[in-house]
Amino acid sequence: MKRFMAFVKKEFLHIFRDYRTLIILFGLPAVQILVFGYAVRTDISNAGIAVLDLSHDEITTDITNKLESSGFFRIVYSLHSNNEIDAAFKEGIIKEVVIFPEDFGSDLTREGSASVSIIADGSEPNSANLVSSYTTAILSEYSAGLTKNISATMPVIRSEVRMYFNPNLKSQFMFVPGVITLILILVCALMTSVTIAREKEFGTMEVLLVSPLRPWQIILGKVAPYFFLSVINVITILLMAWFVFELPIQGSLALLMAECMLYILLSLSIGILISASVSNMQAAMFISMLGMMLPSLLLSGFIFPIENMPKIYDYVSAVLPPRWFINIIRGIMVKGAGFEIIWKETLILFAMTIFFLVLGSKKFKVRLSQEEK
Amino acid sequence: MRKLMFLLKKELRQIRRDPLLSRAIIMVPIIQMLILIPAVNLEVKKIDLAIADSDHSPASRELLARLTGSSFFNVSSTADNYDDAEQILLKGSADMVLFIPEDFSEGLSGAGIPRLQVLSDAVNATSAQLGWAYFNAVVRDYNREIIINKGIAPASIPGINISTRYWYNETLNYKFYMLPGVLVILITAIGLLMAGLNLVKEKEMGTIEQINVTPVKKWQLIASKVIPFFIIGLLDLALGLIIGWILFGIPFEGSLLLFFACAAIFLIAVLGLALFFSSMASTQQQFLFIAFFFVMIFVLMSGIFTPAESMPRWAQDFNYVNPVAYLMRINRMVMLKGSGFHDIARDMGALAVLAFSFISFAIWTYRKRA
Repeated sequence: MKRFMAFVKKEFLHIFRDYRTLIILFGLPAVQILVFGYAVRTDISNAGIAVLDLSHDEITTDITNKLESSGFFRIVYSLHSNNEIDAAFKEGIIKEVVIFPEDFGSDLTREGSASVSIIADGSEPNSANLVSSYTTAILSEYSAGLTKNISATMPVIRSEVRMYFNPNLKSQFMFVPGVITLILILVCALMTSVTIAREKEFGTMEVLLVSPLRPWQIILGKVAPYFFLSVINVITILLMAWFVFELPIQGSLALLMAECMLYILLSLSIGILISASVSNMQAAMFISMLGMMLPSLLLSGFIFPIENMPKIYDYVSAVLPPRWFINIIRGIMVKGAGFEIIWKETLILFAMTIFFLVLGSKKFKVRLSQEEK
Repeated sequence: MRKLMFLLKKELRQIRRDPLLSRAIIMVPIIQMLILIPAVNLEVKKIDLAIADSDHSPASRELLARLTGSSFFNVSSTADNYDDAEQILLKGSADMVLFIPEDFSEGLSGAGIPRLQVLSDAVNATSAQLGWAYFNAVVRDYNREIIINKGIAPASIPGINISTRYWYNETLNYKFYMLPGVLVILITAIGLLMAGLNLVKEKEMGTIEQINVTPVKKWQLIASKVIPFFIIGLLDLALGLIIGWILFGIPFEGSLLLFFACAAIFLIAVLGLALFFSSMASTQQQFLFIAFFFVMIFVLMSGIFTPAESMPRWAQDFNYVNPVAYLMRINRMVMLKGSGFHDIARDMGALAVLAFSFISFAIWTYRKRA
């Protein structure tokens, strides 16, 4: 046991003496939280638009002011003819042109209906959609405000909404679970597999194997520091989410930590499996990047909803751990779900852990027996 | 010059011989195109709306029909029970729940106020707000017609007809949006990660010492390491473009020459970064960690997934020194909108300044000795 502790201590020293490893271990989570929390936003604000006003009346001026003061838009150009639209879009500053035809105001007040055309820059589909939806909402609110002379007996529907789980409509709720998933995969699978593969490539693994430590002790000693550091990482991310973005944890903290530890174990066993099946660290890097990083970024539903993907990606993502883990964390953190709601996902992760551990230790034994010859 | 040619020959031979590297050069563009493009899709999908109708009147059925008929909602029905609705949201089987109370139609006919109540899953704040706006638009239209049917002149309850069109990508095909961005990631992966790993490899294996005892000069060594990846980067870009064109029918509106010129400037910038990071690392593992850290930040801040304009001021200031952000914008404008040289001249100039300063700084700080 004393030997084992000394070995673990040595591994810790390996990690802590290299500032480049520390950048990834602690710098990346912090930066990702800040970048995702502040910079990567799926909503729009202050988008540049142009107005082509052929009517020039009180109402169009009024609507233009409403658009500007909404906070979503900033009016960059006032165009004068249809021919200017294409050139304005090509500069890439505006995302939308709002066109008021001639006599817009008088049509609206006299006949009760008038038309507006919106042209949005479809080369950015998401912004195009949001920009045109926000404009539509502002326009229809404006026209509702023009309603007059309706006697009190006329029924006006009142709708109320309750925004569940996230009453303040914070966009950060989406990404914190994603960042945790990504960092854990990075630290556990990528770092451990590269570290172990490096020892193999440089032949230092054999030095370790002739030491009095048993093979499983060596592997355990290699992954123990990463387990410990991952737990610290999770706590750091949760604390940052709490203090910087005021994101509370709705569900049970103990359950959340337990699920995270299960996921750390799972990622570590994947890391061991990868390092056991490759002979050099470049291969370990490529496999953990392509096989683990990319899927946890893309196929987990972290940024991109799985419902939007072709069906085949749905099936592929179902065999990948991140997808289930994201559901679990989102459930606990945001919706306050208890174990009775996430037991299925937990069971899947548990089964995956056992599977990878068994497979990894089998692979390792084969290699070790070859090397012992 | 002859020395450089020999070195280049050596590098090319080594790259060809390296099984992983030579395979990666072909496979990376193919995999990126096949996996990234179809997977990355932020299209606003239909919102799942569960309706609990306790009114069961012609009026409530009419409202239901209108919500079903609008292109924004997938409508299903549910029991009128607050706890059930909560469970639906908790499990995620619907995004919104609408309660139509018993007295809704009575309210519409004048006895009291017609009310509707909505519960919305707001974990994704943006889509919750959109859903609420869509819902209100449908209800307002419905309401307007009811009032007009009661004999009120339309002029006193004006409505605006809005027609929306999307230029440059009429169907809002998300693949057209992602492809130019993925091409940027592709050449970043080659120019920064692959080139850098190759630079460090010589150090890690100790073979740099053997080069050091030869009369090869610093600039020749750097040029021989950088030029192959400059060429590979451009070739892979062409390969990616061809795959995108065959598989996804991506349009290319602008000038190919302009497109490749910008990519070449960008490659110089990232090769400079690769050189600089490689002098900070002595093993490939260390290089990977440093490069990964910065690539992650550059790519996420560049606006690949989300509009860069809605980022806060400091983030937009950061993008002045982010080469990925420039090429991301240029690629989309040239490929999809057919923007010409004068449209992108400012971005292109800024990118050139970045490229020149990165590569000069990297060469200046590069030490031949490990």
